Parts: sequence; C-alpha cells; structure tokens
Amino acid sequence: MELWYSIVELLPFEWARPDSMFFMKNALLAILVISPLFGLLSTMVVESRMSFFSDALGHSAFTGIAIGSLCGLAEPMWCAVLFAVLLAFLFTYVRRHTNMASDTVIGVFSSTAVALGIFIATLGGGSFTKYNSLLIGDILSVEPAKIALLAAILLATVVLWACSFDQLMLSSVHPALADSRGIRVFWQETIFAAAIAVVVTVSMTWVGLLVINSLLVLPGAAARNVARNLRQYHLFAVAGALAAGVAGLILSYEAGASTGACITLVLALYFAITFCFRKRRM
Amino acid sequence: MSVQKHQGAGCAGACCLKLEGMGVDIGGAPILHDVSFHLHCGEIVALIGPNGAGKSSLFRAILGQIGHTGTIDFQRAGGGHARPLIGYVPQSPSFDRGDPVSVLDFFAAAISRWPVFLPIPKKLRERVRACLERVHGADLIDERMGTLSGGELQRVLMALALEPLPQILILDEPLSGVDIDGERQLLDMLDEIRRSYDLSILLSTHDFATLERYTDKVILLKSSVLKVGTPREVLSSPEFREIFHLDLGKEEA
Repeated sequence: MELWYSIVELLPFEWARPDSMFFMKNALLAILVISPLFGLLSTMVVESRMSFFSDALGHSAFTGIAIGSLCGLAEPMWCAVLFAVLLAFLFTYVRRHTNMASDTVIGVFSSTAVALGIFIATLGGGSFTKYNSLLIGDILSVEPAKIALLAAILLATVVLWACSFDQLMLSSVHPALADSRGIRVFWQETIFAAAIAVVVTVSMTWVGLLVINSLLVLPGAAARNVARNLRQYHLFAVAGALAAGVAGLILSYEAGASTGACITLVLALYFAITFCFRKRRM
Repeated sequence: MSVQKHQGAGCAGACCLKLEGMGVDIGGAPILHDVSFHLHCGEIVALIGPNGAGKSSLFRAILGQIGHTGTIDFQRAGGGHARPLIGYVPQSPSFDRGDPVSVLDFFAAAISRWPVFLPIPKKLRERVRACLERVHGADLIDERMGTLSGGELQRVLMALALEPLPQILILDEPLSGVDIDGERQLLDMLDEIRRSYDLSILLSTHDFATLERYTDKVILLKSSVLKVGTPREVLSSPEFREIFHLDLGKEEA
C-alpha cells in the first residue's frame, strides 16, 4: 500500500496530498480493481441476456447476509456468497429444465429470495434499517485487505475468462451447436452465473445494491453500440468501465454524493455518447 | 424398394450409419418409434415430413444429445465400429443484428482454445480463412454474424461443421430463410462437398422441388419412417400425398 500511496501522491488532486485522505486513495485503488472486473463480466451479461438475472442476484444477496447474521456469523458476507452461488445454480438448473422464458424463472427466484430476506431481517420485530447501508454502498469504507480480496477475484475472473470465454459465448449463442462440439453447456452457464453471484455479493458493500446492476450492464451495452468484433467489445467495455469508475469517484468527491450513483451516471453518459456513434445498420 | 436391401451384409466394406428400430420419448410422450434406415458414404439423403414429425429429435438422437431406444450404429470403412464424427448445422441460430461477434470470432471460438477476446494470431486467422474457403466464404471473415444473409450464415455454419472433417454431415432445414439463388448455391456446394470429401449428408427440408436433382434418397418421416426410396418413388407415393394433403388441394384448386 505504501507504494500505492506514493504513486497517488503524484496526482494533482486535493485529496492526493501526502499523509491525508487515505480513504480516497484506498477507494481509487478499489475502483481500479472493481471496474475492469465489472467491465469484463458485463460483456457476457449483455451477450447472454442475463441483465435481469444479475439484478435479481443483487437484490437477493442481502438475503444471504440476513441468513448469515441470523446464524451469528462474524462475516455474514461469506454466507451471502454461498447463498448467491446456490441460487445461481438452482436458477440455471430450473431454466434448463422448463420451457418457461428465463425472465419468468428469474422473477420466481428473485421475489422468493427477497421475501425470504425481508422475512428473516424483520423476524421477531427486527428492524430493516441496519441493511440500509447495503442499498447505497460506500466505497470510501474499503480497507486494504478487502482490496486484496477484490484483486484476487479479478485475477480469478481473468483466468476463468481466458479458459472458458469461447465455450461460454458459443453456449449462449447456440446451445445445440455448442453441445454438438462437445461443450458442456449447463456447466458453462452455471460457472458464469456463479461468478456473477460471487462478484455481486462481495462488492455490494462498497457499490450498493441499488446501482450494482448498472455496472454489470452499462459497460457492455455501451460497447455493443460501437464494437464490430469481440476484441473491440471487450476493449470498449473494460476501458469504459475503468474511465467511468475513476471519473465517478472524482465526481462524487467534488459533489459529495454517493460514489456508486456517480459512477452509474457517468456510465449512462458513456452509453449515450456511444449510442450517438453507434454502428449503422447494414 | 425400401431399405431392407441394405441391411446386414449390404454395408460390407463401406462406411454406413445404421438405425435399427430407433425410438425417442420426450417427457413420456413418444416422438419417434421404429425408425430404421441406413445412410451410406457419399449419399445425400433428405428427411421430409410435416412440422412436429420428429425430424429434429431424430437429429438430436444421432448426435447423442438425447436418449433413444433401439440402436444407432456406425460402421467405418473396412468394418470397424466407432462413434462417428458428426458435423452439425443447426436450424436458424439467432443472432442479433447488433451482436459484436464477427465470423472470425465465432469460428475461432469453436475450433480452437484461443480466447477470442484477445488479438487473434495470424495462424489461427489463416486456418479460419482456409475453412471458409471450402464454402467459398473467405471474404466473410470480418463480417458480423448478425449482418449475414440467410445463405451466407448457412455457408459459415457449414464450414464450421466441416472442421474437423466429419464422416456425417447433418443439416437441419438448411434452406429455410434462404432465397432462390442462395438455395441453388448451397445445394451445389453440398454436392461438391459430398464429392470432394468422403462423407454422407443428411438434411431435412420442406423444399420438394430440389429433391430429385440433388438427393439420392428421401425418407418420409412422421413419428416413424413411412416411406424410403429415390426422390421420384417417395414423391409419387400415396403416403406422401396423404401426409401433405395433396388430394385435398386438387379439389380446392
């Protein structure tokens, strides 16, 4: 971290001055880790039409936290991760084994999970307010140890991407074709859903449930406006997420508003700009 | 005559896909029963029948994607038995017009382990180009999948099904969504493929006009095999007229 602080001190910002505002410097580093992570995942979330699914996961992640708190765990986050992965697996299974449209299946799971979360949180007259912080999120509260955890997740996601992006893409484009070429479609989908579950759950404390899905959709959606192949798609998504993340953090500092919301607004602007330059229909 | 003449010793020496008494149940409902026919090397065989006749289920059973009763056996040239390599061209896959997936991306993802979001090595690009050349589609390499015409998309999928070179090529309604010129081009290409590579082609179609010119054998399917024979035999059979209500059409016309 010392190395990071000395690098940041070179920046010409008020909060970058030596020996002050460590929370901003931590937050900046966290953003630099989180945003490429979300940018990467967003490419496939958009490509395989999973944006509603990631939204549902976010909303049900606090159910996992509630269950963890109920069990008296010191770190209910891990319980939430487990819960979200389980939900992702169940969802993928049910979607494969019914004829229902996947948004219907997501609706079933999402509402059940949210109801369960509220039930547990308010059990015996409990108050819901202690979960409010999860809704908005606070990137400024991030600690160096958590940044290391996020970095580890980023690394794992990059490895996953390198190993299985091809199969994942084919599975989403044409399951039967993928199957005929020896790809295990169900496991590809499950692993991807689980990866989204882990990322959403781990980062919601800092990003906030209400806006986390925008980070999983907007970079990919904006990149899709202009990309002509998958390399451009990834480049625009990851670079856009990174730029919007940093710009959003600085904006939130200047305006004194929630960082998650600022990043989302910058991403929305990015989407609007790419929309104006979108590739023409041929 | 029916397929009976090919059974048993009839296949000796040549490669041959044999279905004997094959049946498929999906969710307890019988979709196919007592399906028996042979598919020989170098043959183009067309599968015809109304929608819901079980054509796609038959393909999926041959591909090993769904369970079946009876036997599906493949005999290699020379007599050995093994699971055949099957090239599969699926029915009209859905690509958004805006999909940022180029033909190169799609192809490279399917035939190699190289992660396609990274810059694609020249060697892999050349390999994809060579595959596309087989279907005279090398110039499509940088197009997006979503912007291809029906015929172009079929050609790309066909090139993909030919890599690695299969023993059997299965095409699920390759002519649907393809215009007249594209149709002729595709069928000529299938004929060329059948001649240049030693493989059998099984395709489903609703286009009866081209059967006589391009196919060796036609199988009329509705839950089971109703008629097998040369295109002329099947198209003039009472079973064909009954399934497609051709007698009714006469009264109305």
